[in-house]
Amino acid sequence: MDLLTFGKTGWGDELFYATLMTIAVAVTAMLIGFLFSLIFTPLKLSNNKFLNFIANTYTTVIRGVPELLVIYLLFFGGSGAIMYVASIFGYYEYIEINAFITGSVAIGIISGAYSTEVFRGAIQSIDKGQFEACKVLGFKRHIYFLKVIMPQMLRLAIPNLSNVWQITLKDTSLISVTGLVEIMRQSYIAAGSTRDPLFFYSFAAVLYLMLTFLSMKLINKLEFKYSRGF
Amino acid sequence: MDLDLMLTSLPKLLSAAVITLKLLSVSLIIGLLIGFIFAVLRLNKNPFINKFAYGYSYLFRGTPLLVQIFIIYFGLGQIEWLRQTFLWVILKEPYWCAIIAFALNTGAYTSEILRSAFQTIKPGIIEAGKSLGISNKIILYKIQIPVAIRQSLPAYGNEIILMMKGTSLASTVTLMDITGVAKHIVSTTYKPLEVFLLAGGIYLFMTFIIHNLIKYLEKKYSFQ
Repeated sequence: MDLLTFGKTGWGDELFYATLMTIAVAVTAMLIGFLFSLIFTPLKLSNNKFLNFIANTYTTVIRGVPELLVIYLLFFGGSGAIMYVASIFGYYEYIEINAFITGSVAIGIISGAYSTEVFRGAIQSIDKGQFEACKVLGFKRHIYFLKVIMPQMLRLAIPNLSNVWQITLKDTSLISVTGLVEIMRQSYIAAGSTRDPLFFYSFAAVLYLMLTFLSMKLINKLEFKYSRGF
Repeated sequence: MDLDLMLTSLPKLLSAAVITLKLLSVSLIIGLLIGFIFAVLRLNKNPFINKFAYGYSYLFRGTPLLVQIFIIYFGLGQIEWLRQTFLWVILKEPYWCAIIAFALNTGAYTSEILRSAFQTIKPGIIEAGKSLGISNKIILYKIQIPVAIRQSLPAYGNEIILMMKGTSLASTVTLMDITGVAKHIVSTTYKPLEVFLLAGGIYLFMTFIIHNLIKYLEKKYSFQ
């Protein structure tokens, strides 16, 4: 237990900050994922074949390729791609992207593919009469979406989104390969310098369990709130 | 795009795909066995036994696969007495460590899939079997298990694909699977885009095959 004390001798404070970093990456990635699904869900539901194709390619490819590969591609290929774009505009200096941003974007792209599928499923399972009723009543498009479709969609989507959140939270452990100091990386460092990998990796597992447990409690509350009246 | 590099690295990546498939198939077989045992334990009436089975699946589903691999590969080697036993022969090989981690992980998910499949079997089917005087053992083998397998096929197909993606983590414990080889090629050629896209293509192809295989099985064993 000495290993976990706060201060200079223990790893308690380091692991505490690493946990905060994991939460920060997971939340950022989830938000980026929502952004992606905001773009791709309408494409999936549109009647245009070409737009459908784009959205289907996105979700199929991302869900069919290992997360680690996506992270490697973005981490090693990302700065090269940005430098190439910059060179077109006449900027030839070396550009290094921040590990936090690369990691969050990589995990965000992955979680976006999953949440796109969740939103698509939720919207498709809303009764068609609801859409027709809105049209008959002459609601404006954005109002009927916000006031009628959205609340019903959230009720259906939240249980599945909680799964996506769990996947995203666990995927953040893969970011450690890029050197960002989150739980996994910090445990790796601590295990290396104390030669006690069993203790630190087990402790990392406990931290992840704690995070998944607490977030489940929170999500259950949210689920209860949105399923009022059903 | 460096097409030459893509052409020369394709055979290397394809031979690495054999390792990926080996890891996947061995851990799926062991995982299925574990999953089946724990699904039966979950359905046991004894609260102690089913809490134990629930704890197992909660532990492995609540932590990242990477942590599990690291605990088994780096952590278990630290225990002195374990090094004296015959288990050390297995645990010093990264290949077997990865398989143990994958099997335990997929076992946890599989046990949940099978449990829910067993629980959603219509009680009428079992009652019909009982009223025909069929013994409990035969009801289990000839009625419950086939129906449960059919019902769990779609979810299990997803699990196979998730596990296939999970095998890429074997590269973190020095195994040369597709991701490991791709990373090795990138570190010598500095051409990440070409090699990782190619590796992604191979994974995607494997996903496609598994997806269609499961679809075929679903159709073959559908009730109609």
